[in-house]
Amino acid sequence: MPKKRGADIVIDVLLEENTEIVFGLPGGAIMEVYDALYKAPLKNILARHEQAAAHMADGYARATGKVGVVMATSGPGATNLVTGLATAYMDSVPMVAITGQVPTHYIGTDAFQEADVVGITRPITKHNFLVTDIKDLALILREAFYLARTGRPGPVLVDIPKDITQQEYNYKMPTEKDVIDALPGYKPHYEGNPVQIKKAAELIRKAKRPVLYVGGGAVISGASEEVRQLAELARIPVTTTNMAKGVFDETHPLALHMLGMHGTYYANMAVYHSDLLIAVGARFDDRVTGKIDEFAPEAKIIHIDIDPASISKNITVDVPIVGDVKIVLQKLLKELQKKPVEWVSARESWLKQIEKWKEKHPLSYKQSDKIIKPQYVIEEIYKVTKGEAIISAGVGQHQMWAAMFYKYKYPRQFLNSGGLGTMGYGFPAAVGAKFGRPDKTVFAIEGDGSFVMNMQDVITAVQYRLPIKIAIINNEFLGMVRQWQQFFYDSRYSSVCLAVHPDFVKLAEAMGAVGLRATKPDEVRSVIEKAMEINDRPVIMDFVVDREENVLPMVPAGKSYREMILSPKQKGEAETMYLVG
Amino acid sequence: MSENIAPLKVRPQPKTEVRKHIIVVRVQHNFGVLTRITSLFAGRGYNIESLTVGKTNEPNVARITIVVEGDERIIEQIIKQLRKLVETLRVRDITDVPHIERELVLIKVHAGEDKARDEIMRLVNIFRAKIVDVSPDTYTIEVTGGSEKINAFIDLLRPFGLKDIARTGTLALVRESAKVKEKLQE
Ligand SMILES: Cc1ncc(C[n+]2csc(CCOP(=O)(O)OP(=O)(O)O)c2C)c(N)n1
Ligand SMILES: [Mg+2]
Repeated sequence: MPKKRGADIVIDVLLEENTEIVFGLPGGAIMEVYDALYKAPLKNILARHEQAAAHMADGYARATGKVGVVMATSGPGATNLVTGLATAYMDSVPMVAITGQVPTHYIGTDAFQEADVVGITRPITKHNFLVTDIKDLALILREAFYLARTGRPGPVLVDIPKDITQQEYNYKMPTEKDVIDALPGYKPHYEGNPVQIKKAAELIRKAKRPVLYVGGGAVISGASEEVRQLAELARIPVTTTNMAKGVFDETHPLALHMLGMHGTYYANMAVYHSDLLIAVGARFDDRVTGKIDEFAPEAKIIHIDIDPASISKNITVDVPIVGDVKIVLQKLLKELQKKPVEWVSARESWLKQIEKWKEKHPLSYKQSDKIIKPQYVIEEIYKVTKGEAIISAGVGQHQMWAAMFYKYKYPRQFLNSGGLGTMGYGFPAAVGAKFGRPDKTVFAIEGDGSFVMNMQDVITAVQYRLPIKIAIINNEFLGMVRQWQQFFYDSRYSSVCLAVHPDFVKLAEAMGAVGLRATKPDEVRSVIEKAMEINDRPVIMDFVVDREENVLPMVPAGKSYREMILSPKQKGEAETMYLVG
Repeated sequence: MSENIAPLKVRPQPKTEVRKHIIVVRVQHNFGVLTRITSLFAGRGYNIESLTVGKTNEPNVARITIVVEGDERIIEQIIKQLRKLVETLRVRDITDVPHIERELVLIKVHAGEDKARDEIMRLVNIFRAKIVDVSPDTYTIEVTGGSEKINAFIDLLRPFGLKDIARTGTLALVRESAKVKEKLQE
C-alpha cells in the first residue's frame, strides 16, 4: 500500500462508508480535506452557513435513514455547527461532523481560529474525538460512523488538526471487527428480554383501555409495519409524537394523531383514561406528558426503547424492555399470536368511547373568506400534493399546524426539530431531504421568524437548482411566543412583532428563486399550484395569514391534560379560556 | 363547565430514600475521559461528593470511584448515563455489597500549647493516625479509614483549630468473600 495523505484517508473512509454527499464550507484548517474532495467521487455541497450545512446533513439523514456528513473549518466554522449538532443529538439523528483544527503543536496556544471544539460539543454529541496521531485517523473515522448509526443513533464529531491531514501514512482500512474491538464498552442491546416480552403480552391481553404511544424510535428502527400489525391485531388505538408522524398512517381508523401539549383532544383523552400505555421508542418528553404525576394516571406502562437511560427517567414504568423497537415488536407479535383473544369484542366499548371523543372535538379551525387562515394553507398543500410530499418545518405555530393539518402516511415524511425546537431548521433540512430524496416533492413549511434565521441558504438551493417549495406562514409575529403572551402574560406582546420584513417575493427574485404571494383565501390554491410547476429552482411562497390565530388545543406547560384549552372564548383574554376534560 | 372536567387522578409515585452511594466505574483510559464523566454530572445537575481516579492492573483501564447522594431514581439515572458513555466498560453500585472503603486525609491543626499537643497525640494514637510534620505551633497528621472514622476524627480535632485539610476522596473495593457469595447466588 502506498503512503497516503491524511486528507485522502478521510475521503477513503467516507467512500468505504458509502457516503454519497457531504455538506459544508471550507476554511484554513480543513483546506487539505477540501483539496482531496475536489477530485473525489462524491457530491460536495457548498452551504452558505455552517449551521445550515449541519441541518442539511440532518435533513438528509432523517429523510433517508443514512448517515449525514457535514464539514467545517476550525474555530468559527466549528462553533457554527453547534446548534445543528445539538438539534441532531436531541432527535437521535445519525450524523458525522468533521472539523478542521489548528495544527497539533499550536493546540492550547490560543492560535488563530482555535477553539476547544471537542470540549464545546461534548454534551451535544453521542461521542467525539480529537485525532492526535495519523495512525489513528482511519480507525477513529470508522468508529465515528459506527457510533452514529448503531444503537440509539446520534451525531459524532471528529476534530482533525491540520498537520494530520497533511502528513502521509501507510495505512490499512480498518475492518468492522477492528472498530468493534476498539469500542469494548459499547454494546447496544437489540434483542429485548423474552421474560419481559411475555409480561408485556400478558398486560396487552388483560387491558381494557390500551393505547400505543409511538415515538421517533419507531422511525429509526423502521418499525412502521410492526406498529400497524400490533395495532390491528390487538385493536389498539395509536397516538404518535411529532417525531413519529406517519409511522402509523394518519388516515387509519385507529389513528389518534399527536398527543401532548398540542395533541388532539381525543389522543389526550385516550391517554388520560387508558389502563395500559405501550410506549414504543418514545421518551416521555415534558411536552408530551405535561404534569408528570397526572399523566396516564391509571395506566400500567410498557416501555420499549433501545436506550436504557430513557427508561424510567421521567416516569416509572411497569414493564421496561430494552431493545430495538422493530425486533421487540416482532417478538411481541409472535407472543400475542400464541394465545389469541377475542380482540374485537374486548375493545368494542373502548373504541366506541374514542369515536365519541373524535366526534366531540375533531381538529378544527374557523374558516374565513376574507383572510387566510394558516391551517387552510396547510390543508391546501396537503390536497395539492396528495399527501405525498416530504414536509420540513421550522419551529412555532406553523410547525404545529404542519403537524396537525397535513395527514402523514409514511415514516420520514415529516421532518422537524422536535427535541431542541430549533428555529431555522426547516428550510435547510428540506435542502438535505431533497438531495436525499430527489424523487419526492419537498416542502419547507416555515414561519416568518424561523425562515429568516437561515434564509441565506436559499442561495445554495438556487446554485444546485433544487425545486424546493418554501411556504412561509407569514403572521408577522413570533407567533408561538405571542400566543403564550396572550394566554399567560395578559397580552403584553414583548418583542414578538415582526412587522419589518423584506419583501419575500423580491427577496426570492434577488436570490434567483421564484417568489409568489397570497393575501386572500382564494389565491392560496393557485399559488401552490404555480409553485408545483417550477422544477429548476426553489420557490418562496409568502402566505400572508391571520396574525393572531392560535394553536389549539393546548395543554399549558407543566399542566395536566385535565387542563387542556380547547378554545379561548374571546381573543386576547387569558382568563376566559375554559377547561374541558 | 366543571362537569366536563375529568376527575383528578394521580399516578402513584414510588417512595425513595435519599442516601449516599458508592459507584465504581471502569473506563477506557483515553484522553478526556475524566472530563466526560465530570461534565455528565455537572450537565445533569448531580452533585458529586467525591471522585477518585487511578490506573488499574489492566493496561489502558482506569478505575473511578464516585460518591454521590441521591434517591433510587437519581442513582439509577446516574448509573445508566455512566453506562451510556462510549468509553465506559463497567459500572457498579457497591453501596449494598460488602466492601472495603478507605480515604487518606492530611490535616494541619493548631498545636501551640503543651496541653493541646498532648491531647492531639492521644487522639492520633487512638485513631491510628500518624504525625507527619511538626512545626512550633502546628501538627500535620495523616489518617486513613472509612468516612465515618475520618469525620469523627476531624470533629474531635476541630476545637484545636484546623488550619487546612486535604482529602483524597473515597476509594473502595468489593470484598472477595462477597464476590464468592454473589457467584453462588447466580
Ligand atoms: C433559535 C430559537 N430561538 C428562539 C426560539 C423560541 N421560539 C419558539 S417559537 C418562536 C416563534 C417562531 O416564530 P415564527 O417562525 O414566525 O413561527 P410562528 O410561531 O409565527 O408560526 C420562538 C421565538 C426557538 N425555538 N429557537
Ligand atoms: Mg410567525
